[in-house]
Amino acid sequence: MITISNITKKFGKLVALDDVSINCNSTECIALIGPNGSGKTTLIKSILGMVVPDNGSILFNNKNIAHDWKYRKHIGYMPQIGKYPENMSIGQIFDMMKSIRKDDSISLDEELFTEFGLDKLLDKRMGTLSGGTRQKVSACLAFLFNPDILILDEPTAGLDPLASEILKEKISKEKTKGKLILITSHILSELDDLVTHIIFMQDGKLKFHKPFEALRSETGEQKLSKAIANIMLKTAH
Amino acid sequence: MKKIIKFVIIDILRNKIVLTYTIFLLITSLSVFNLEDNTAKGLLSLLNLILFIVPLVSIIFSTIYIYNSSEFIELLVSQPLERKNIWLSLFFGLAGSMVLAFFIGAGIPILIYEASSTGIMMLIIGCIITIIFVAIAFLTTVNTRDKAKGIGTAILLWLYFALLFDGLVLFILFQFSDYPLEKVVVFISALNPIDLGRILILLRLDVSALMGYTGAVFKDFFGTSLGMAIAFITLLLWCIIPVGWSVIKFKKKDL
Repeated sequence: MITISNITKKFGKLVALDDVSINCNSTECIALIGPNGSGKTTLIKSILGMVVPDNGSILFNNKNIAHDWKYRKHIGYMPQIGKYPENMSIGQIFDMMKSIRKDDSISLDEELFTEFGLDKLLDKRMGTLSGGTRQKVSACLAFLFNPDILILDEPTAGLDPLASEILKEKISKEKTKGKLILITSHILSELDDLVTHIIFMQDGKLKFHKPFEALRSETGEQKLSKAIANIMLKTAH
Repeated sequence: MKKIIKFVIIDILRNKIVLTYTIFLLITSLSVFNLEDNTAKGLLSLLNLILFIVPLVSIIFSTIYIYNSSEFIELLVSQPLERKNIWLSLFFGLAGSMVLAFFIGAGIPILIYEASSTGIMMLIIGCIITIIFVAIAFLTTVNTRDKAKGIGTAILLWLYFALLFDGLVLFILFQFSDYPLEKVVVFISALNPIDLGRILILLRLDVSALMGYTGAVFKDFFGTSLGMAIAFITLLLWCIIPVGWSVIKFKKKDL
């Protein structure tokens, strides 16, 4: 579904992505793991076209995304830090997004919206919201248009346990519908029962991309956190 | 595209600054026309005011507004929208509201007191100058990520166009006063939209006689319909080139 070939991105002297090639297919639920500053968010933003890679190409359903924008209607994106116009209310944000993205072929998915209780906060201005409520808005927007691909950047950071449980439920529900889900998270324990594939990045390089099962048998660990710790120890030596 | 323009305009109208700017323009233009018994004189005073304040407010407000919309832009860029459309919608929304503010603030008094061809010309030039400086603001902001640097650049650009440029032209004229520079000056004036606007209006008022020999050269050139057409095309280029350039840059910008 998404084919990334040899992309490189530099910010000044910093190499954020160094010759990364990845192939992702639908029905996969991929965990994007790596230390801080390893290029995870840059990779995600490149897929979304928010960052323009210096080299290499990204294909979406075999079409280059470089001069395309329509492909983004298949993607739901939840940013790490949701930035919204401060003086718009939650209701206005949703109205705006609906008026931008809505067409008749899309059925809206407002499940999260009601479960998070955002329908009671419609008049609240974005500037007055807490970090957690902003995250809830981001999550709802990512799922709202029933996209084929979900890209979630640190989805549960800042959410209370109840909300993060609701979100995880929702993610596994979408997973069973055969969507491609890409998650980055530092809380590896919450990924255990969700992910099918692991992408591990370090210093802008792709270290490996393999099924979770293969990683389990390689390291002999059942838990993702232990398996990754095992790998990191090996590479450190 | 229309939807985004609508959101931008609603957002700007909610912002009190544009409203204050409109009221300020309205009060000044009404008082200028009421102070002078001769409306041509009033028009002249208003001209100097407009050529000073309109570029300043247009460029500074737009620069700050675009920086403050960075979240809005970032939100839209991850959606199925073309980058060019996002940027141009922002431009049309901003330029549209500034032109509207100018039209209500200065245009209506002009139409009431001096609805002659000169008055209408001034109205048109004021609108074009507004658009030009909004366009320049777009070019400045797309080039710098740093807000303080961007706003600083905008202020410097305004200083350059409103004050420094005339000083430079005078300096050149004095230094090379032995050479016939009158034709060159016509060309140089095209490098500053404010000057171009000023010349176009001054030539329609009687005061152009005060401008001496250079004034005569200006009259020879800009007084003809061909000269006028060239002047207006130059002003249009001053709108199109900065916006076009900023669109090209915005398409490649990392967010």
